Amino acid sequence: MVDFSLWDIIRNLLLAGRWTIGLSLIAFIGGSTVGLLLLMLRLTKLPAVEPLVAAYVQLFQGIPLLVQLFLAYYGLGLFGINTSPWVAAGIGLTLYASAFLTEIWRGCVAAIPRGQWEASESLALSFYEQLRYIILPQAVRIAVPPTVGFLVQVIKGTALASVIGFMELTKVGKTIANATYSPFLIFSCVAVMYFLLCYPISLYAKHLERKIHVHR
Amino acid sequence: MRIQLDFMAVLSQWPLLLTGVAWTLSLTAISVLLGTLLGTACAWVRARGFGANLAPAWLQAAVGGYVELIRNTPFIVQLFFIFFGLPAAGVKISAETASVIAMVINLGAYAAEIIRAGLEATPKGQIEAAQSLALNRTQTFVWVVLPPALKKVWPSLVSQIIIVMLGSSVCGQISTQELSYSADLIQSNNFRSFEAFIVVGGIYLVLSIGTRQLLNWAGAKFLFGRR
Repeated sequence: MVDFSLWDIIRNLLLAGRWTIGLSLIAFIGGSTVGLLLLMLRLTKLPAVEPLVAAYVQLFQGIPLLVQLFLAYYGLGLFGINTSPWVAAGIGLTLYASAFLTEIWRGCVAAIPRGQWEASESLALSFYEQLRYIILPQAVRIAVPPTVGFLVQVIKGTALASVIGFMELTKVGKTIANATYSPFLIFSCVAVMYFLLCYPISLYAKHLERKIHVHR
Repeated sequence: MRIQLDFMAVLSQWPLLLTGVAWTLSLTAISVLLGTLLGTACAWVRARGFGANLAPAWLQAAVGGYVELIRNTPFIVQLFFIFFGLPAAGVKISAETASVIAMVINLGAYAAEIIRAGLEATPKGQIEAAQSLALNRTQTFVWVVLPPALKKVWPSLVSQIIIVMLGSSVCGQISTQELSYSADLIQSNNFRSFEAFIVVGGIYLVLSIGTRQLLNWAGAKFLFGRR
């Protein structure tokens, strides 16, 4: 048994929190990039693309994130790629986030009245110009609150990266709990840290949502 | 480079997979029943503006704290807190009990917010009509306000139930024998890790699509059909 003071515990958890934040950022940025690409593909109305993107979304929303992470971890190993937890967790969470963000943003684009598309088409704008000048500026405004809200899901999702050996907040918490035999205190601290990370973002998302409804 | 996948090694262990499916579905069923009840109770406490709310301020604050705390922390931490933390505080529970408790508490918090949205969409006239028929507060809530509210939010509630079912895969981490735990056992038997998780992922996909279809159908047919 190792003696940890409360400050030791909190300091180690805070240090581990950096990896939680780092992984969240990777997943969020990666997920946004892939999600945006998929959304663009879907909007081009190329044949067979729409059902493919829908299948992608269904696949990643219908399989537990935990299983996705294991698949990324063992799959990469099978293909001979170095399976560091960073790579596996980054790829697993990116795919997961991209599926959800594609679906969220598709809803936002669908919320733009058809007349806007028709009007911009009648102005002889190309598909790219229609998106760039007419549709996306309006869709982005609607998309901001749910996207910020989804960031909370991503942060909570990174907790699962602990199962493939990624040393983030949850994993470090579990390790310290095993060493100190005081899981009640440690997991309380871990929960509080996630809460302090997520709650402000939740509040901000709610605030943004209210603002949009007022302007309408 | 050639990669050889051997799915038969995984599929031949179908009794393990079947046990896992049974556990996943039972965990989900129990937590959906209890979690929706808990969520409804919390929604009743939190809902403002539909007349029937007489919950004391301290109860509203407590329920508000519960909902926000659960919705802003990961499920796996909640599960670890209950399974590892509570015994240290003197409450001994099995892995299965801990899983059910964690899932009920988790679904309860999300369901509370979903159902509350439905409750707050109830027109005031409905409540006034119920009062003029001399229904008391409980009767008004159970027979007049709740059914249309649940009907309105049923699709969101079904999505949340699917999320909780997929979340149950985390319970394998405390050795509850659900589906992802089966995958873990199988891969430790034959080292076919990738195949095991592909198969189990496929089963989860089928389960989630099937459950969504079933609940949407059952909701329209039995719960809200004739109202």
